[in-house]
Amino acid sequence: MKFQNKEVLTGINLQVNPGEIVTLIGPNGAGKTTLVRVALGLQAPSSGQRLIRKGLRIGYMPQKLHIDDSMPLTVNRFLELTGCRLTAVPDALGRTGVSHVRHSPLQSLSGGELQRVLLARALLHKPHLLVLDEPVQGVDVTGQKELYQLITDIRNASRNREHCAVLMVSHDLHLVMASTDKVICINQHICCSGHPHQVKQHPEYLRLFGGESDELAVYTHHHDHHGVDGHILKPQGPVSEGK
Amino acid sequence: MMPDILLHALLAGYGVALLAAPLGCFVVWRRMAYFGDTLSHSALLGVSLGLILDININLAVIACSLMVAAILVSFQEKQRMATDTLLGILAHSSLSIGLVAVSFADKIRVDLMSYLFGDLLATGLSDLYWIYAGGALVVVTLAWLWKPLLSMSVHAELAQVEGIPVRKLRLTLTLLMALVIAVAMKIVGVLLITSLMIIPAATAQRLSRTPEQMVVVSALLGILGVSKGLAASWYLDTPAAPSVVVASFLLFIITRLIKRT
Repeated sequence: MKFQNKEVLTGINLQVNPGEIVTLIGPNGAGKTTLVRVALGLQAPSSGQRLIRKGLRIGYMPQKLHIDDSMPLTVNRFLELTGCRLTAVPDALGRTGVSHVRHSPLQSLSGGELQRVLLARALLHKPHLLVLDEPVQGVDVTGQKELYQLITDIRNASRNREHCAVLMVSHDLHLVMASTDKVICINQHICCSGHPHQVKQHPEYLRLFGGESDELAVYTHHHDHHGVDGHILKPQGPVSEGK
Repeated sequence: MMPDILLHALLAGYGVALLAAPLGCFVVWRRMAYFGDTLSHSALLGVSLGLILDININLAVIACSLMVAAILVSFQEKQRMATDTLLGILAHSSLSIGLVAVSFADKIRVDLMSYLFGDLLATGLSDLYWIYAGGALVVVTLAWLWKPLLSMSVHAELAQVEGIPVRKLRLTLTLLMALVIAVAMKIVGVLLITSLMIIPAATAQRLSRTPEQMVVVSALLGILGVSKGLAASWYLDTPAAPSVVVASFLLFIITRLIKRT
């Protein structure tokens, strides 16, 4: 992926299998959001391709929803815009635990409530793949735990023997750990990936996230080290996205 | 009995107010005020091209607006310049090119002032046909695409991921704006069209709880503004289009003051 001839992301291979929770982590400017945008089809990659299963429904929860207060809109109306059945709205709000705000103006919600409403909206599409860009931003610690639990529950709730996959961006590895299946640490390329515990011990991860004092150490960064991708990405599921 | 000239003016003004209302709401929701300004300024270029090439002026204006919109989009995608800078350049350049072009065509005598500021009291029957036929087209299209358009206005990327054809909708909205500008131009003039769209919508914003309510309220406010402005023009001999804008502005101020107390 290039922006004005500056390489932002290179050599990325991202695959999300059905029922899998994949978390993207990486420092600011690592290209997490760009990668998500490519996966969503909002941005065309400058090279590489995006493969998705035919008829794949994606539920997307953007990083921040800037709701302009120029449009008077209640939460209920906002969710109805998805074109879902009318009875589905209270259900979705109930699932994300914000039934009480259904008739409030969208602009009056707190950060945490808004995140839950956005998640409810993403759910209304009955997605096969849920894409969440920093879903717990602006949510307090208890709320974060609840939201992660909720996301895990959503994945676990099978529908037609098919589990919903989750692709999530996070800046905080520690809270994500419990429920995620695969963590991919990126910094313009894939630094390391694998099960959370593997990633946590990976030198690249430690360099990026751990030990501030190490920052002064000699920079030993190899650009072609994709061999370290601990997990081999087997093309097993039909839900796949690659670049 | 009301004289024909006033009746025509009122009907034309009401028609323009009615179709400016829903589009005005989109302009406010999508922060397109500068875009609207640019389109309407470039309408004058359309007028001169229409006169020089001897084609229907309304069609020339629509074609010209679309061309300017296309230029804008192509520049925007290169992302070399802030959008408002770009809009400012396009708005005033196209207006000036239009003025210069008309001066070359010396066989043609046009009253430029009537295109810049409109001439509400010179509205003829053919203008009324254009307004109401164009208006019907605009209203039907908007009603048909209402939900996806709202979705896109709330959050374009969310809408795109959900499978809404955002690019096509944006183009449709631009086309409708061009149409409104073409039919409203003779009535309120290229310099004042945007105000007729955004002032009633901005006034309605605080008075409504749903997007639909906002459209209806802004239509009513638009009609009220046209009535008051025309009355002032008729009895006090003030210029018609600016009087309508002043009347709308006064309504805006009054609702603000009432809401505050």
